[in-house]
Amino acid sequence: MTVAEKKKSPISTGSEWTFELIEAYDREIARVAAEYQLDTYPNQIEVITSEQMMDAYASVGMPLNYNHWSFGKQFVETEQNYKRGAMGLAYEIVINSNPCIAYLMEENTITMQALVIAHACYGHNSFFKGNYLFQTWTDASAIIDYLLFAKKYISDCEERYGVEAVEELLDSCHALMNYGVDRYKRPQPLTPAEERERQQAREEYIQRHLNELWNTIPQKEDSDEKEDLRFPKEPEENLLYFIEKNAPLLEPWQREIVRIVRKISQYFYPQKQTQVMNEGWACFWHYTLLHHLYNEGLVTEGFMVEFLHSHTSVVYQPPFDVPYFNGINPYTLGYNMMQDIRRICENPTDEDREWFPDIAGSDWLTTLHNAMHNYKDESFILQFLSPKMIRDLKLFTILDDADKPNLKVTSIHNESGYQRIREDLAAQYNLGNREPNIQVYNVNVRGDRALTLRHYMYNGQPLGDSSSEVLKHLHRLWGFNVHLESVLPDGTVTTSYHCPEKEIQEAV
Amino acid sequence: MSYIIDRRLNSKKKSTVNRQRFLKRYKKHIKRAVEESVNTRSIKEIEQGGSVTIPRRDLSEPVFHHGEGGVRKRVFPGNKEFMEGDEFRRPSGGGGGGSGKGQASNSGEGMDEFTFNIDQDEFLDFMFDGLELPFLVKKQLKDSTQYETRRAGFTNSGSPEKLHVVRSLRAAHARRIALSGSQRKQIRENKKQIWELEKLLPDQDAQNKINLLQEEIDELTARIKRLPFIDDFDLKYNNMVKVPVPSSKAVMFCVMDVSGSMTQSIKDIAKRFFILLYLFLKRNYKRIEVVFVRHHTHAKEVDEEEFFYSRETGGTIVSSALSLTGDIIHDRYPASEWNIYVAQASDGDNWDGDSDTCRQLLANRVLPSVQYFAYVEITTGPHQNLWLEYERLREEFPEEFAMHQIEGPADIYPVFRKLFEKKTESAA
Repeated sequence: MTVAEKKKSPISTGSEWTFELIEAYDREIARVAAEYQLDTYPNQIEVITSEQMMDAYASVGMPLNYNHWSFGKQFVETEQNYKRGAMGLAYEIVINSNPCIAYLMEENTITMQALVIAHACYGHNSFFKGNYLFQTWTDASAIIDYLLFAKKYISDCEERYGVEAVEELLDSCHALMNYGVDRYKRPQPLTPAEERERQQAREEYIQRHLNELWNTIPQKEDSDEKEDLRFPKEPEENLLYFIEKNAPLLEPWQREIVRIVRKISQYFYPQKQTQVMNEGWACFWHYTLLHHLYNEGLVTEGFMVEFLHSHTSVVYQPPFDVPYFNGINPYTLGYNMMQDIRRICENPTDEDREWFPDIAGSDWLTTLHNAMHNYKDESFILQFLSPKMIRDLKLFTILDDADKPNLKVTSIHNESGYQRIREDLAAQYNLGNREPNIQVYNVNVRGDRALTLRHYMYNGQPLGDSSSEVLKHLHRLWGFNVHLESVLPDGTVTTSYHCPEKEIQEAV
Repeated sequence: MSYIIDRRLNSKKKSTVNRQRFLKRYKKHIKRAVEESVNTRSIKEIEQGGSVTIPRRDLSEPVFHHGEGGVRKRVFPGNKEFMEGDEFRRPSGGGGGGSGKGQASNSGEGMDEFTFNIDQDEFLDFMFDGLELPFLVKKQLKDSTQYETRRAGFTNSGSPEKLHVVRSLRAAHARRIALSGSQRKQIRENKKQIWELEKLLPDQDAQNKINLLQEEIDELTARIKRLPFIDDFDLKYNNMVKVPVPSSKAVMFCVMDVSGSMTQSIKDIAKRFFILLYLFLKRNYKRIEVVFVRHHTHAKEVDEEEFFYSRETGGTIVSSALSLTGDIIHDRYPASEWNIYVAQASDGDNWDGDSDTCRQLLANRVLPSVQYFAYVEITTGPHQNLWLEYERLREEFPEEFAMHQIEGPADIYPVFRKLFEKKTESAA
């Protein structure tokens, strides 16, 4: 800063926070954020206690949610860990809604509050508003109303059909929650006000149109066509959607609950796909914004020391060989990549010019905004992970082939390894690889109504041991026999699971 | 634009419902954990809440995920010495180089137990879940000699202090309306006529008619006014009825042998048993008294400290304690008012000729007035004649009399459960 002589006086010097101070910091941070073109939803900053923070944790961060024992389990676990000191609570939780709700804990110092405001209210918030996945798949202005509707609807169902019946159903839906997501087509936006009215119409409609599947009126036998006829005609990857629309025995209210779980799962889907970018973006901006304030003289050196202390611990990456290593820290990876992009734009080296001819030397703010808007973790890494980053983090790839006794180091941070590590890391963030690819393959419409799923194996990886448990849940929803086959790319079935189990003897 | 909201005063217990559902779902597990901890706890801690541990695999929510096997690549940070093409043995112990991100850490760190705390009330709930006081119901219906006055609507007669002012005035108001109905109707009609006649003014004839009507109105109004403001039959009184209430007082007798043969460890076992019983009764009765009777060859009523900790030597005459118990019941705790529970602990020793007396004492004096008599014999040896005599009693009084043997501290809680198992159906 060349005009550094005209320094302002700091906003605060102590560590206690007050509402006036929070407001003052928010105003300044908002001003600076606007200079960097951060476009956000309005902020709703809520100060809460640690107990309320644990409540928020337990209901997947949402300010309200329906009741389920698994949230209770989550709460009990959080509470226990917190009391034993095994874990600190997050400083903040931020919700992708409009207005964007951010929780600040009352225990935080004013420095932490300012950090959280910069991180959540301007970092995450602008990401929620700008990133294409969130824009496409979530409806920030409707989510709170939808949750309200869901909570009310489920508690009404509990009253009418009993807590246990609802709980069983939710258990089953939760088991399939990851498979309640449309990956390629945009779902209809959540429409809270209409939701209730439409819901009844939907109930009736579905119930009437189920009959196509279960029509007992005999159709003309086209014996030659019979073989190739499958239902559904195209494999369906959204299992909960398929259940909601086609499960023969579900009551209307059960379909509605399946739908609720599916909708909520869809809402969280972009967050799973953009963890690295989202956290990286937020960390980059709290760092940049607070430094900007410091350069203007609005915060003290003591403030910066405290801020940098927590900043560095957040973006610390433990090496792979320490006991508490827990995978690659998304904060580290994301933050460093964002900084790296800025570096490539501002001070490109020859290597950067070779690897990133498009962005080397370009305007860093435009480039960064462009990255935030148009990428998800997988493509972001594939596009922007630079050789320097790979060297700095000393990344290496291990190949684990179950057929061989040894693990093999396939790539390290050298000239020949950069490209491969970049691809390997990107693949690691591809949700399609992380979760088994399971789709509805067929329903035996003319026979026992058995549902067959196919698991399309990726790199020969088999399903985990809880699969038969999940099948039981699916069986509960479907109401008839359920089969699951793991299929190799060439079409051979390697393993199959059945529910009920006794089918195994008959089948083998 | 930002809004800053202070939510700290909002309700905190948002997760209570979910937590309750979680506890309910894992009731069986928690109960087992509670049982184990009751057995191992010291006496002072017995009433506190505690931690409960459940195997994590029982809690898991299944999802589809990748299992071990197949080919996978994983990128790690912090390379130190590896070169491209290096090979090394697969580390044993699960996750190391293996599965997808989340699972590797979960199985690697060995968090296979799920531990959490429950508070004192919850602890006791689980501890006494499924237990009940024998024949509590029966007793309540049979001898309800205590009464409570309760309000039961209103009556037309009663003493002045039970007068219900609002009801009385309401009744008076209703009466006045009812009795003045025809007059008020007349007044309304007259007024209407006057109003119409006033249009004809200043006609003399109309003026006369108006005057007549007005006089009539005045007369009627006066008549309405003469209606009494309040009358005898307007008065309403609070109606109080006497309702028999089951006695909610209980007294618990702790009877213990303190002769030479009772070692401190046996006494500790007995004490735990008594404490369990006390806690259990406390949950069922508003008020509970405890009487400590200890005996060797003589019986004596003592305070708690002396009961558990002073040592005596000498022979054993159980009947002395039973007879003292009988006296105390007779003098201070009439069976019509008190629910009486007796718990007797002994190592089974008794002076030879005395056991028969004990049986008769119990059968004639004690058992008829008590709710439940529980005898625990804390011994590892063979039963002696007291046990044999008591067995006869059990046959005679299968409902009021129960006995069990405790061999070590681990038996206390199971035996306690056995003594107080729900048996309403068989009793009914």
